[in-house]
Amino acid sequence: MSETQKSSRQKQEFEQTLESSDSNVATFEHKHRSLFDNVQHFLHGNPTMVPVIVLIVSIIIFGFVAGSKFFSPFNLSLIMQQVSIIGILAAAQSLVILTAGIDLSVGAIMVLMSVIMGQLAVTIGIPAPLAIFVGFIGGICAGALNGFLVTRIKLPPFIVTLGTWNIFFALNLWLSGAQSIRSQTLDEVAPLLKFFGESIAIGGARITYGSILMLVIFGALWYILNHTGWGRHVYAIGDDKEAAELSGIRTNRTLITVYGLAGLVCAIGAWASIGRVGSVSPQSFQEANLQSITAVVIGGISLFGGRGSIIGPLIGALIVGVFNSGLRLAGVDVLWQVFAIGWLTIIAVAIDQWIRKVSS
Amino acid sequence: MSNTQQPVLKARGIVKRYGRVTALDHADFDLYPGEVLAVIGDNGAGKSSLIKALSGAVSIDEGSIELDGEPIGFTSPMEAREAGIETVYQNLALSPALSIADNMFMGRELRKKGFLGKYFGALDHKEMQRQAREKLTELGLMTIQNINQAVETLSGGQRQGVAVARAAAFGSRVVIMDEPTAALGVKESRRVLDLIADVKARGMPIVLISHNMPHVFEVADRIHVHRLGKRLCTIKPDDYSMSDAVAFMTGAKQPPGQDAVA
Repeated sequence: MSETQKSSRQKQEFEQTLESSDSNVATFEHKHRSLFDNVQHFLHGNPTMVPVIVLIVSIIIFGFVAGSKFFSPFNLSLIMQQVSIIGILAAAQSLVILTAGIDLSVGAIMVLMSVIMGQLAVTIGIPAPLAIFVGFIGGICAGALNGFLVTRIKLPPFIVTLGTWNIFFALNLWLSGAQSIRSQTLDEVAPLLKFFGESIAIGGARITYGSILMLVIFGALWYILNHTGWGRHVYAIGDDKEAAELSGIRTNRTLITVYGLAGLVCAIGAWASIGRVGSVSPQSFQEANLQSITAVVIGGISLFGGRGSIIGPLIGALIVGVFNSGLRLAGVDVLWQVFAIGWLTIIAVAIDQWIRKVSS
Repeated sequence: MSNTQQPVLKARGIVKRYGRVTALDHADFDLYPGEVLAVIGDNGAGKSSLIKALSGAVSIDEGSIELDGEPIGFTSPMEAREAGIETVYQNLALSPALSIADNMFMGRELRKKGFLGKYFGALDHKEMQRQAREKLTELGLMTIQNINQAVETLSGGQRQGVAVARAAAFGSRVVIMDEPTAALGVKESRRVLDLIADVKARGMPIVLISHNMPHVFEVADRIHVHRLGKRLCTIKPDDYSMSDAVAFMTGAKQPPGQDAVA
């Protein structure tokens, strides 16, 4: 071994032949790729293209099947209106899923906050803007509670939100006495709560403020996720939490704000849902939790975190809306709508898995 | 040792316990300006704990750490980074799905000047990409063509290059590298060793943790031998052979007297 120490500043003996080899470690060998590989690479770089293609194809197919009724401005605006609440919840859900978590309580937070807004404004009689504000704060607190349990007590997000889903639902029944607040009552006492049910007519289309709100929320979240440091940190945490921590990100603090923001978005959705339903109904949107996850998954956001664009779930929600509308107009039984969405979800995750296996 | 300079990074009597296990048992550490100090030791000797203590990833139970004579007590890697100590972790601490530029600026993103940056936190993507490209070019890594490429599409050596470039770009006082060649092939290791020499040439002191004796003997100015949770001795690679170093490390041979720290 002593001969190596004499030449300690020179290359090791077994490395001598390296002189003649390429020393550029950071170069790319342009391997020949098949068309199949190219598609995989393209989708890896642009994960939102899958749902966009599915949306376009399904619109074309249903246009043929259901005929001109499908393309009427009224029907297209109706689809927007029908998906607006699930879309907003999917936006909240996306934030959590991007961190490799899951939030089963989004629907429960939304209904609870709509009940709080309604009860405060109607039963207690405080001004509607204040009631809405309290609802927003409540949404942030409910989300932050999830975040606290996930980060500080270190419980899995699935368990935490399964628990809070039930807790929020029970609180909702307690506060509302399982009674709806009727539409006429709202009109008399707090018409502001129904604001997002109003619409503007353009041609034959009736675009509700709720539909516009959904687009605004997605736009705002797109900006936050792509153009702020916080947004980049959300992706990094979902990608590899430990690496993010070592890169100097305060991961637990960021995670609590993620759940808190998701709660706020749910509370905004609560206000919109009152307009959508027309009343404050504690029994509404029971399926909303799972539907929001469906929209996120179809939208190409990976359940394993860190991958996908926030625009995906918007497209995902629209795909579900287009399927339901198209199949209904084509006179297909409603059970086949559910059947189709089920397959769509499975196929979406299968495609995600395939894309993630991309080789460099 | 005739080094009369003030150490850049100095630790005295640091202790770290994990439950009943004592990972660091009154360990000492000295890093002098401009040198490459290798830290070697058997598995379980406490190398990782030492490095984590120096880089702020764990907080120590006893003892003191000084940076340029100032006592420091890091409670997070962020604080160590702000003080100018950059660490290249063995697992690289990169986010695979994010781009090279995003990774280089992770946790210290640049904001746009003016209204959007101040009130809406808008990031200056262009400037970050420009600087990232510049840093990689300085280290001769700019054959990476697309700075917006996801890190997971890079080879092992390229990823190591990105992590080293990140540390070299932002480390103002000390760069710590944990097993930078462990996961690499011969050719890629060679490139990383050259990178270490490049970083050293800019006057930056480097702490190198490695199991690879040929690599250690090639690049190190001094070697810190860690055994049973403390510094056994420091040796100069010119004075001892690799088998001597391994013998110190495993306890098969007594350490040289003059370097043993009281």
